[in-house]
Amino acid sequence: MIELRNVSKYYNTGSVTETCVFNKFNLNIDKNEFVSVVGSNGSGKTTMLNIICGSIKVDRGDVFLDNKNITNVPEYKRMVKIGRVFQNPAFGTCPSLNIIENMALAENKNKSFDLKPLVDKNRVEKYKTMLKSLNLGLEDKCDINVGALSGGQRQAIALLMSTMIDIKFLILDEHTAALDPKTADVIMELTDKIVKEKNLTAIMVTHNLRYAVEYGNRLLMMHDGQIVIDVKNEEKKNLKVEDVLDKFTTISIECGN
Amino acid sequence: MDAIELLKFYFITPQEIIGILTGVLREGLMYSVASLGVYITYKILDFPDMTVDSSFPLGMSITAILLILDVPPILTLCISFIAGALVGVITGIIHVKFGVRDLLSGIIVMTALYSINLRIAGRSNLPVFKKPTIFHLEYFNFLDRSMKTILILLVIVAICKILLDYYLKTKNGYLLRSVGDNEKLVTALAKDKGNVKIIGLAIANGFVAFAGSIFTHDRGFFEISAGTGTLVIAVSNVIIGMQIAKRIKCISDTTAVIIGSILYRACISIALSWGLEPRDLKLITASLLLIILVMNSIKRKNKVA
Repeated sequence: MIELRNVSKYYNTGSVTETCVFNKFNLNIDKNEFVSVVGSNGSGKTTMLNIICGSIKVDRGDVFLDNKNITNVPEYKRMVKIGRVFQNPAFGTCPSLNIIENMALAENKNKSFDLKPLVDKNRVEKYKTMLKSLNLGLEDKCDINVGALSGGQRQAIALLMSTMIDIKFLILDEHTAALDPKTADVIMELTDKIVKEKNLTAIMVTHNLRYAVEYGNRLLMMHDGQIVIDVKNEEKKNLKVEDVLDKFTTISIECGN
Repeated sequence: MDAIELLKFYFITPQEIIGILTGVLREGLMYSVASLGVYITYKILDFPDMTVDSSFPLGMSITAILLILDVPPILTLCISFIAGALVGVITGIIHVKFGVRDLLSGIIVMTALYSINLRIAGRSNLPVFKKPTIFHLEYFNFLDRSMKTILILLVIVAICKILLDYYLKTKNGYLLRSVGDNEKLVTALAKDKGNVKIIGLAIANGFVAFAGSIFTHDRGFFEISAGTGTLVIAVSNVIIGMQIAKRIKCISDTTAVIIGSILYRACISIALSWGLEPRDLKLITASLLLIILVMNSIKRKNKVA
């Protein structure tokens, strides 16, 4: 489970541009929840993910992961249990290495990076089977540097890599936003499959209301550092894109947009 | 007059050509070891590491003093590597743990090492001509002196290249390659990217000090100013090497760096043969790097247009 307790976060503290993103923000995410998070720009979605992963520090409050207080644990140590996929497909892979080398790196996560050769020839077939399941024809492009692949292909590999070993949490930061609609659908389907297969607890930030409504078993809408909609399970199943959109519009009008 | 006599009359004798070629090979091979180190920082880590300008003379001073103390020549190479690696660790710690900018942390260590090198050697110039060096070892005795030197250098360079190639294929080596490529991935692999950088700087400066050690064995003295410009020379070698690697697909980056070092040295020799003097050497090295960089950027512009 993931818990944020009384978290406060300010940007540019002490200057005229000081902005408060969170003031005593609380959030509780249970095991095996797949939470989609929507909200306007600047509502604090990405900041929330960064706080959970440790990319930024909180000013006050505590962060819990698996009942352990991880507020002061550095980002890289939190990643032992967390997999993360970014909006930018370039962040999830190593562009100057080929697909096999990238996957071998990901498979070695949480093991020692010692002086043994990285790529085990016996594992290559297994990597290729995994690539085949993506249906993107990547299994024939294993020797190509990842930097030469398209954004969608790289994002698919990044998703595969982030969930290659047994992690507990998956953080998805607008991971379909940079992709064309068709590729985005493919990646979203794949995400759903992986989350279900591996019983992951997942948080997905998205601007795509359809994905937010269709996938996952809990939906949050954030606004100004507050949660304005929080629906789960059955209630979530009955939720329609229009309902979310209505609420979204209401808030936007209140803000004068 | 046949061709050789013509050459003799107007230009240079075949002996002189061989002399120049062996000189180019000797210098090129010696600096190729330092270039392999700079390949790690400049190409893999994308870290402008000024430390090398003093880790090179560090290898020289340590070797000079150890040779005077009659330490076995081969051992001086190993000790120099370790000392260089330690210096790399210091630069890395200053950058990673204390948040000092990459260029500045290198300059800080470089400046401090200047004094330390003088302390180690005791003075700014220390001759060790009378001591046996790696080039006096009882191998390849059937060859003449200069050929033997080149053969020994070739063996050393080959060992360095094979070891570095192997390392870059290991798990640790791949982690090093990803930290320069995409730091976020290293964090995602639950590894501290800072530590990986420190390891890279250690290996790089180890190689550079190792090259400095070979330099002392070859020249027979320590000279405090010999390290100035090491980075410029090595970066030129690496850039030339990368251009070669881009064009000829079948050779590895490390081989290309070694070939680049020899080609670069050949360019210097040509410049010297045009009447420039040894005191112009730094001017030549700097100009040559500038020419390489400008040529690269013109080429890039043409590609875009």
